[in-house]
Amino acid sequence: MERLTSTGSLSRRQLGIGAAAALVALAAPGSLPAQDQQQAWEQALKRILGDAKPSEGKLALELPEIAENGNTVPFSVAVESPMTEKDHVRAIHVLATANPQPGVATFRFAPISGKAAVSSRMRLARTQDVIAVAELSDGRFLMGKRNVKVTIGGCGG
Amino acid sequence: MSKPRIKLPDSAKVGDVIEIKTLISHVMETGQRKDPEGRPIPRNIINTFSATFAGAEVFRAELQPGISANPYLSFFMKVPGPGEFEFTWVEDGGKKTVEKAKLNVS
Repeated sequence: MERLTSTGSLSRRQLGIGAAAALVALAAPGSLPAQDQQQAWEQALKRILGDAKPSEGKLALELPEIAENGNTVPFSVAVESPMTEKDHVRAIHVLATANPQPGVATFRFAPISGKAAVSSRMRLARTQDVIAVAELSDGRFLMGKRNVKVTIGGCGG
Repeated sequence: MSKPRIKLPDSAKVGDVIEIKTLISHVMETGQRKDPEGRPIPRNIINTFSATFAGAEVFRAELQPGISANPYLSFFMKVPGPGEFEFTWVEDGGKKTVEKAKLNVS
């Protein structure tokens, strides 16, 4: 039973994923200590916010509660804003807290955008929280968070 | 990169807020994967997308490997008048794909 011994530290789920050749890289994030993972997304969030404190509300982050395929998870972010010169959303940042690289995308807007809303598709390596942060023209920030349960992880990177 | 797909409304009025959808075929290689011989596959993603209308930037996306293959984007514009969109996708290494589309403004 040498084979079993050599993989004894892996969970059954990781083994299942490892079996799929295309998804082998997914085992890598599992080897990182949880603390480093947390630090990576916290550092990314800190780079966006600086010392500002984000407020909740006015930002709608939509994601499926359960994503069967972590390779393509649809998401959309919309922020209530008049989108005028004086009062608009400058940017929306999206972070996946447990991906090997937590940054997913930054979307930039201008008053001509008319509406601060964007939809796309992301990779999620495993079940985790996804965070969206909106940067407003007056320097304030809004934040929203959603947990997504991932059945088969995507090579989120 | 193959020819991207773009969806605009058939026509729009000045002041309307319209949705723009774009899709491009691209592997969005994360740089985290290895080939069957165990060698790392280098990162190759579309790192930037931008949309301008009549020369003004409407929307820009800075993408990371966490964006899925064949990146799809939907966003909006408040129609300022007649004009043409220019959409640009920039790949790691600097290769660009540019697509133009006229908006019918009534």
